[in-house]
Amino acid sequence: METYTVKLTSVLRVAALSAAALVAAGSLTSCTSTSAAKDPDVLRVTLANHVWTDIVKDAIPEFEKEHGITIELTQLGEDQLSDQYNVKLNAGSDEIDVMMYRPLQEGKLFATNGYLADLSDKVTENAEWDWADFQEGPVAATSFDGKVVGVPIITEREVLYYRKDLLQAAGLEVPTTLDELETAAREISDQNPGVAGFVARTAKAAAVTQFSSFLYSFGGDFQDAKGEATVDTKEARAAYEYYGGLINNYGPENVSTDMSWPEAMAIFTQGGAAFYTEADSLYLNATDPAKSKVSDTVGFAAFPAGPDGSKPYNVPSWALGVNAESPNQGLAWDFIEWATEKERTLEVQQAGVPGPRTSVWEDAAGIESYPADLATAILANAENGIGHDRPLVINVGEAREIVGDPIVVGITGGDIDASADQAQELFSLFLEDEK
Amino acid sequence: MAFATLKTNPAWTGWSRWANRHRMWLFAAPSMIFVALLIAFPLGWTLYLSLTDSAGSVRNPSDFIGFENYLAVLTDTRRFWPAVGRTLFFTVGVLTVEMVLGMAIALLLWRPFKGERWVRVAILMPLVATPVAIGMMWRLIFEPNIGFANQLLGWFGIPAQPWLSGAGTALPTLMFVDIWQWTPMIVLILLAGLTALSDEPDEAARVDGANAWQRFRHVTLPLMMSSVITAVLLRSIDALKTFDILYATKGKGGGSFHEVETLNIYAYGLSFDYNKYGASSTVLVLFFLMIIGVVWILTLRKKRSAL
Repeated sequence: METYTVKLTSVLRVAALSAAALVAAGSLTSCTSTSAAKDPDVLRVTLANHVWTDIVKDAIPEFEKEHGITIELTQLGEDQLSDQYNVKLNAGSDEIDVMMYRPLQEGKLFATNGYLADLSDKVTENAEWDWADFQEGPVAATSFDGKVVGVPIITEREVLYYRKDLLQAAGLEVPTTLDELETAAREISDQNPGVAGFVARTAKAAAVTQFSSFLYSFGGDFQDAKGEATVDTKEARAAYEYYGGLINNYGPENVSTDMSWPEAMAIFTQGGAAFYTEADSLYLNATDPAKSKVSDTVGFAAFPAGPDGSKPYNVPSWALGVNAESPNQGLAWDFIEWATEKERTLEVQQAGVPGPRTSVWEDAAGIESYPADLATAILANAENGIGHDRPLVINVGEAREIVGDPIVVGITGGDIDASADQAQELFSLFLEDEK
Repeated sequence: MAFATLKTNPAWTGWSRWANRHRMWLFAAPSMIFVALLIAFPLGWTLYLSLTDSAGSVRNPSDFIGFENYLAVLTDTRRFWPAVGRTLFFTVGVLTVEMVLGMAIALLLWRPFKGERWVRVAILMPLVATPVAIGMMWRLIFEPNIGFANQLLGWFGIPAQPWLSGAGTALPTLMFVDIWQWTPMIVLILLAGLTALSDEPDEAARVDGANAWQRFRHVTLPLMMSSVITAVLLRSIDALKTFDILYATKGKGGGSFHEVETLNIYAYGLSFDYNKYGASSTVLVLFFLMIIGVVWILTLRKKRSAL
């Protein structure tokens, strides 16, 4: 057997070097994350993929030059953005300064968790920027416990998209009530094999927001004034029956129950359906000839009236907030103020993204780029609109799955009554749990 | 090679002597600390969270609630147990088909033939593709109205199928995709086992008059049982944990009827959609125990086959 001599100094040297390397690696990692985050000349902005983002992104060099800073922009899809916030904000990260978020989806959760900085003082500092110009509904959705925690940037309402050519061929008028919509959907689907009378979102959680206008127009809501569950009322059952039945009877063949707006919009823009109810902020997908085969025949109308009138949602879909852990809160606010000033909101609205400022809707220039019937529909919807399109709770993800169940059961021709009973029971337990 | 032994220097004292005696630990310490930080800490943290009612944010104060989450999860017949059932159905289903197909293909590729190299490359293609890209590709193929799958059925006069959109057909469709992607891995492992076999036992059986099936069943298969169990072990762990293709094709919740919601998808939804970290950690701990159980059984089986 050979005998080797291991020098103690060698052992210690190797161990010390390894330990030093580990410590150095750790410090380097933390250096890169914290030093950049605390650099007052770097502003970290996280935005969602959206037309709004594309327009603002083009103007960012202007802001950088004005403030002598660099903006690190992270742009993500809706789900990835949500996951990113979940991971980073949960860890108390200061790597995000400005964050684009969905006030009705995660606003309450973020505010409850203390992720969003209090902007109450900031919004009133600059009279020229004019906080009072922002519509009441969107402002309510970005406030929490009497404090302003976000600035709305995009609003949306549910409108009726329809095919003018199909209506004309069938000798039908544009439906103004849900009864007329059903009759028209039936007649057109009977007369045009292969074309659905109606299409809309079918995925359980995704459909909830678009179903909400039907629910309100039938006289229902997800909760009553006391916050109790009301998804099994006569009105709610009728709304579930109507929405599910419309797609089940006159929807596309082999309809999937996984459709969110991209899939439903694709069916409509490829000429596969006569009517489609969807958010007005997505209208460019239907009018842009590069994306839509029906760009020259698409028409828009206000949400049809149900037994309780026409009550579409009118909500802020996106807002900007400041991470409460951000070391650059002053600069973050400057960015928000710059991105939401009147001129920019007007510019964004002219490019097809409905804004939250009253002034841009009162300005003729604010709606001149919209198709005339869409502008009329938006104004009518804004007047009758309800300020939420999903249950107003903290854990919106779970609530949407619960109240969305009778929608998919209806779409697949199942027992809506049993499903509404179950949804009511689960939603009541859920609300009890959240108290 | 001989093992190194240490020639003790009488001059060494105290700390030096201690360090010298424990040099094995000293050398291993940096990597052990690294492993502890990267594996043990998250595991311990998950275990801790599973005993709390943590929700909303892990930074929010949470109460220690003992095994309440475990009781709630284990009595949940609406989401948890169906997810366990789907996880097992998916794993056992794909594993069975992949093993049978993998073995058949490996036997075909075992003996040299013309163009062998090209066939091997073609078979291995799905293995190197990105799972999310695969999910998106199959989603298009299985699109009920314009997808290629229904067009193909149409050419043979077979009515269109809902594939990924149907509550009853989505999971079997995704199992088909998994089989398409992962059978090549089984082929690779089994082929390695086959190549290592000596020809003599097979030839001896042939001389004794055994037919092809008898030679495979009683000679080849027992000899390569170790490779078979390795393949089953690796693939079963992987299949149990499948996430990417399920999420890429059906999203959060595994579809409107939770039709492809396995334990992984369920735990992800509890964390990232519902922000229920306590409940999510509980599901993950139970899932972890389940995987450990499967690995333990298979390892025992492997040891027995090696004896």
